[in-house]
Amino acid sequence: MNKLSIITKGLIKENPVLVLLLGTCPTLAVTTMAVNGIGMGVAATLVLVGSNFAISLLKKVIPDKVRIPCYIVIIAGFVTIIQMLVKAYTPDIDKALGIFLPLIVVNCIILGRAEMFASKNSVVDSVLDGLGMGLGFTLALFLMASIREIVGSGSWMGIKLMADTTISIFTLAPGGFFVFGCLIALVNKMTSGKAIKKKEFGCEGCPNASACGKAAKGEC
Amino acid sequence: MSNLIVSASPHIRSKDTTQRIMRDVVIALVPALIASVVLFGMRALLVTAVCVVTCVVSEYVFEMAVKRPSTISDLSAVVTGMLLAFNLPVGIPLWMAVVGSLAAIVVVKQLFGGIGHNFANPAITARVIMLISFAQPMTQWVLPQRGTDGIELVSGATPLAHLSSGNLAALPSLTDMFLGIRGGCLGETCALALILGGAYLLWRRVITFHIPLAFIGTVFVLTALLGKQPMYQVLGGGLLIGAFFMATDYSTSPASKTGKIVFGIGCGLITVLIRVYGSYPEGVSFAILLMNIVTPHISKLTVPKPFGAAASKS
Repeated sequence: MNKLSIITKGLIKENPVLVLLLGTCPTLAVTTMAVNGIGMGVAATLVLVGSNFAISLLKKVIPDKVRIPCYIVIIAGFVTIIQMLVKAYTPDIDKALGIFLPLIVVNCIILGRAEMFASKNSVVDSVLDGLGMGLGFTLALFLMASIREIVGSGSWMGIKLMADTTISIFTLAPGGFFVFGCLIALVNKMTSGKAIKKKEFGCEGCPNASACGKAAKGEC
Repeated sequence: MSNLIVSASPHIRSKDTTQRIMRDVVIALVPALIASVVLFGMRALLVTAVCVVTCVVSEYVFEMAVKRPSTISDLSAVVTGMLLAFNLPVGIPLWMAVVGSLAAIVVVKQLFGGIGHNFANPAITARVIMLISFAQPMTQWVLPQRGTDGIELVSGATPLAHLSSGNLAALPSLTDMFLGIRGGCLGETCALALILGGAYLLWRRVITFHIPLAFIGTVFVLTALLGKQPMYQVLGGGLLIGAFFMATDYSTSPASKTGKIVFGIGCGLITVLIRVYGSYPEGVSFAILLMNIVTPHISKLTVPKPFGAAASKS
């Protein structure tokens, strides 16, 4: 696999949010404003690059049976660093993201990439994969947050566009699900449904595959 | 012999079609439409027209876009448009009515597969979406025109809001409530017209009495027990239009008699809970929407026993 395609596959073809459907919780929660979307996306990207880097370095050292706790420890370390940086330099974003910033620890995208990619590939490839997936995540969040902010609050990046013609349900959870569904449908249409039917995204790609009885029988 | 048609049973078909049923519903809604024009002026007709046209056009365009057979001739989109309009205040900006109609037809009805496949009533869901999205314009009530004092529109609270705030002195008389001379959505105020329409539907056997009776009865009994002016609770808000026209929607209410009664009681219970204890003065639309969601479970739990069948042992 060439280096460029590792980065670009995260943008649309294997977009972590819109195709792999990972990290749905922060996606729905923070995308009420475009700025928050970018903030969350960048924070997660930094963690993703760091954790992919560290995990691919340590992939020979980490025993297979306890790899998930090991991954979590590494990820939590990076999340703590990022959280402190965000708190120190952009307190507004920290306030807007709230609990979802420390919750990057349990974001499925990061654990998923550690399990699916970083534990099997070289350091350089893993960093590029983290970067690509992070960019895809940021892009999806930014797109979704832009739609929700423009339609729901009548502003974009905090700039007021229109005052009276807002549909405020878009800033609430139902609107989030609606925009999310529409974007997934759009990506599915753009890739003619091919992106979703890859084996890697099925049972084998699941971090719990080894522990899951159904996955062994191919039933989930 | 070649002109004989061989086909599988059934050979005797009822004359009932979706179009006939929907035409009956439209006819049943006409008294309420006339009442709304008398009470609130020509703008009521305009809002209704905008909703109906948007519903029909969006249904046609969506079905063309996804290459489904067009179902606009079955009149179901017309019914949805009329019901949605009847649940809006008369002063609603027209673009909001368009957004609501699009939500009803495209999101609630067509995205789930079109007529018969929607899990919630399109008009009710669209009203809830609009209530959440446009909180201020959706609760800007207009009082019906009275006499010729030269004032075109007077805004004011609904009877339920008066009840909710304990302002009993401001309540209109029960006769006014019955005739619809009160604040409210444009089609929901005139109880007389709605009861006429409901009676027509019952007479034509488009609906059965179970859901409306259980729904209205529950609201009456519970509010009487709680001492909350049961007559005003029954005549106020959207209870009558909801009970007769929206809770009885075929695809979103149970089919069995027991199921219908359970559904009606559930609607009534949630309505009373929201009206008496909730922060909204009115809860009919939320009640119907919530009961729409549990309809599949009610249907599953109330499968009627066929005549002569042994009781199930499981």
